[in-house]
Amino acid sequence: MKFTPASDRSLLVTLGECISVETNARVHLLSHQLQNVTGITSQSPAYSSLLVRFDPLRLTHEDLEKLIQSTPLNLETAHVARLVEIPVHYNGPDLQDIAERHSLTVPQVIEAHTATTYHAYFAGFVPGFVYLGEVTAAIATPRRSTPRREVPAGSVAIAGTQTGVYPRTTPGGWNLIGHTDAILFDAAHGRALVEPGDQVRFISL
Amino acid sequence: MIRVISPGLLSTVQDLGRHGYAHLGVSPAGAADLVSLRIGNRLAGNHENAPAIEMTLIGGRYEFLTDATIAITGADFHQAPMWRAAPIEKGTILDVGSAKTGARGYLCIRGGIDAPRIMGSASTHLLSGFGASLKKGDVLAIAYEIGGPALRHAVAAPDQRKRLRVTAAAQTHQFDALQAITLTTTAYQVSDDSNRMGLRLKGAPLHPPHNGQMLSEGVALGALQIPPAGEPIILFVDSQTTGGYPVIASVISADLASIGQLRPRDTITFEFVTFAEARRLLLEQEACINALT
Repeated sequence: MKFTPASDRSLLVTLGECISVETNARVHLLSHQLQNVTGITSQSPAYSSLLVRFDPLRLTHEDLEKLIQSTPLNLETAHVARLVEIPVHYNGPDLQDIAERHSLTVPQVIEAHTATTYHAYFAGFVPGFVYLGEVTAAIATPRRSTPRREVPAGSVAIAGTQTGVYPRTTPGGWNLIGHTDAILFDAAHGRALVEPGDQVRFISL
Repeated sequence: MIRVISPGLLSTVQDLGRHGYAHLGVSPAGAADLVSLRIGNRLAGNHENAPAIEMTLIGGRYEFLTDATIAITGADFHQAPMWRAAPIEKGTILDVGSAKTGARGYLCIRGGIDAPRIMGSASTHLLSGFGASLKKGDVLAIAYEIGGPALRHAVAAPDQRKRLRVTAAAQTHQFDALQAITLTTTAYQVSDDSNRMGLRLKGAPLHPPHNGQMLSEGVALGALQIPPAGEPIILFVDSQTTGGYPVIASVISADLASIGQLRPRDTITFEFVTFAEARRLLLEQEACINALT
């Protein structure tokens, strides 16, 4: 584990250098262990690192580093990841392009997207947007060169080997393959349909 | 109750921010100049977290449908009563005018604005759809959550810094030494394309390590991100919670409020300090705020 101050009120904890489900699971485990520590104001788990933000009037980098080093990271005690199923109408505007790009038929693209159980690596962009991976190389497609000004809420999309769902209408550069009616983020209760660390499967309607 | 006659350039309800939900991708939002909001709320006899109206460059006009006590702080809205609690009679139309210096003012009303709280905060975050900017004809209710007596004396406006102090950040040591020298010897101009999410700076470009490519990670408030094109972006209160560009430095906590007062075309410079110095400066700032009773 490597500790690097990211500002005078945050500490970056690096647990690995690349994208792996195992490292990411340890990131979320550490984040869960730190959930109720007084003085920690928020945390951003990412692929292989955890940014811990704190109140500098209550904690220092050194306090936090000591605390984290004495926190056992036993994967067996990790909370059991939920399996979340998301029903999708595969009718996105970029579906045909993806099929042609990979010399596949549209049903084959849908088949490839629904065959994988995805790992929810981390949340970012807007509330409830979770980065899911890995999309099989057979349909992996780079981000569009020009982002759309408006991607409708519920759009299911692919960027490289990542996939995800736009929780609300925002600008976006991912390739749109379908649409879900599922509510991704419940602002009233501060709850997301998919939380980092969860497993996700897409079901074709 | 208060009726918005004209909302100015961009006015939103803000409090101290929405904390503890970054893991779900929720940005903190909150007042861009927390020091001014806290002082305004103290002047009005509110809790520091009471929701107030954050006004940008042009303050707007507000009709008071009841008697109220207000305090306006932040940018220099010279035609309004500033940095003191002021009684407002029912029927008064308060014209806040435009800011002579600074970017954001806080209209704090004794009792606080009665706005719905989402995840514990009334702060507006436009990208997330939490709240909305004020519109002509909006009527805002007063919450009457009183913290204590309104202060009887005026307070001095805190210094707005144009020379921002920064500490090392996550990737500082991956940049070659020349980049930190360029950063601290360049006068950067705040671009027109700046907002509560981030301030884009114009000036000598920096060369990020690894061509600016890295794995996305959590980003700190006040981080100076260096995208491949090289001109720094200061990530601010409405920013996304994660980012994928190297960060060369982060603005210290004590200078975050000054970022909120920067306007397009302002010129700023940067100076590195140690974490110990950053802490000393923050404690000093806290002591000044806490002395206001």
